[in-house]
Amino acid sequence: MPFVAPAELPTGSDRDIPQPPRLGTPSWALLPQSVGALCLAEIQKMRHDWTELATRALQPVLWLVIFGETFTRLHAIPSGGRPYLDFLAPGILAQSALFVAIFYGIHIIWERDAGILPRLLVTPIPRPALILGKAFAAGIRGISQVIVVFCVSLILGVSLNFNPLHILGTIVIVVLGAGFFASLSMTLAGLALSRDRLMGLGQAITMPLFFASNALYPVKVMPGWVQVLTKVNPLSYEVNALRGLLIGTRAPLLEDFAVLLVALVVGVTAASALLKRLVRGPTGSKGLRGLRARRARA
Amino acid sequence: MTAAVACRQLTFSFGEQLAVDHVDLEIAPGEVFGLLGPNGAGKTTTIRILTTLLPCERGSAEIFGVDVGRHPMEVRRLIGYVPQQLSADSGLTGRQNLMLYARLYGLPGRVRRQVTEEVLDAMGLTESADRLVRTYSGGMVRRLELAQALVSSPKLLILDEPTTGLDPIGRTDMWERLHALRKQTGLTVLLTTHYMEEAERLCDRLAMMHLGRVRLVGTPQELKSAHGEGATLEDVFRTVAGRSLGSDEGGGYRAVRGARRAANRLG
Repeated sequence: MPFVAPAELPTGSDRDIPQPPRLGTPSWALLPQSVGALCLAEIQKMRHDWTELATRALQPVLWLVIFGETFTRLHAIPSGGRPYLDFLAPGILAQSALFVAIFYGIHIIWERDAGILPRLLVTPIPRPALILGKAFAAGIRGISQVIVVFCVSLILGVSLNFNPLHILGTIVIVVLGAGFFASLSMTLAGLALSRDRLMGLGQAITMPLFFASNALYPVKVMPGWVQVLTKVNPLSYEVNALRGLLIGTRAPLLEDFAVLLVALVVGVTAASALLKRLVRGPTGSKGLRGLRARRARA
Repeated sequence: MTAAVACRQLTFSFGEQLAVDHVDLEIAPGEVFGLLGPNGAGKTTTIRILTTLLPCERGSAEIFGVDVGRHPMEVRRLIGYVPQQLSADSGLTGRQNLMLYARLYGLPGRVRRQVTEEVLDAMGLTESADRLVRTYSGGMVRRLELAQALVSSPKLLILDEPTTGLDPIGRTDMWERLHALRKQTGLTVLLTTHYMEEAERLCDRLAMMHLGRVRLVGTPQELKSAHGEGATLEDVFRTVAGRSLGSDEGGGYRAVRGARRAANRLG
């Protein structure tokens, strides 16, 4: 390729680029803008590769069609006088958003190894912006699951509430829930530091998160100690709120919303605090033996 | 005049392992400065401290008079950084990658578009700007990353092995672009490299590192003539790196894996 002389390049002095703030000025003013920019980039990526969303849609469809249809016929699970499928649909919505979100830890470790994360950390954005950007991206993927579950429910004849306000509420709850589970997963990534360890951890927590919640069956039928687990499991609050919004069970919506919001804030804070550790990577892995020992031999 | 980079007794260890050992460095504004050394010499660790990716634990480092440990946010505004691995997002187009960074640096809308077009043009990427980075050649990805680092109009450009994994044509192209860039903007550049030819052609001054220490500093000419009549940079390098050069210890498994992976992705 012939070398083309570069055009005029920005030098920093000849244009109205915002000057760096004085020393010590926090960069928090950049928070909304940078979260927006990171979200936008995630949406652009989804638009370039919609097959990912399509494959993600398979799981909730299979759960509703196979598990849902079967258990509706069995009448094995008390669902408060409603068809079990109605009871199940909001649970599967929450579950599918959880399964999307729980991969974000793996994703952020991959981005660290690929060099994308270190590069982003050298920009002057506040650390929580990075985590929040990912959390909201998980939320956006969650919204696509809302659409999927709504469509399947329509086909299977589930009587969901299609009041626009309730749909809006559903989206808010799903975004909060997915955001929390994504930040939980990124927190675990900051603790595990390597993909292999995180995969084990992720699988170990996903199962109890799902089964020790009210997603598949009412809390009443569980043994006492599992009931305690459901109390501290944010997924239960998410499912509770979704059931209230979509099939009209009684749900303390405000309380559910508050729990999810607090969980999200805690998750984002923890994951942001661990970012530094995550970028530093597994200690001592850069050489098999200590440099001192090497120098002693040299 | 304030130095572009000033390290005093900079020291860093990963656990037991001393990666950077009392390093003193001073880089003048406008200089192109090269860090040379075998794998595991501490080049990348030094750069990761200067880019605020690792904490500045012992000693001090300043970039244009701003302390790296105490004011990381200000330092981040002053530098453009191209890491060793490929940092461009392969799922976005070239333009989207640049726009993302322009937004993260808080450039207002009009300036953002203008700067993006300018750096695309400077790196010869205007025509492929709307293609996914996944379809780029290795040289194009590297140019995009350089463009990405230029979006914020940095005063100091930090390049960690900018041409590793590129074919000879991509490498020469990169050198020419860096040359032109520097002529136009007077940018200060700090780069690491394994290639003696690259160090000789690009750098005003060099520092040779080995086992975490800076062993020699000077212009390529100075280093060669100090070594002896008719010496090449490679001779100097071999003397500095000593016997351990080419031994089985350089860099360790993770570093090698990372380098191979980057080389693979560059195609």
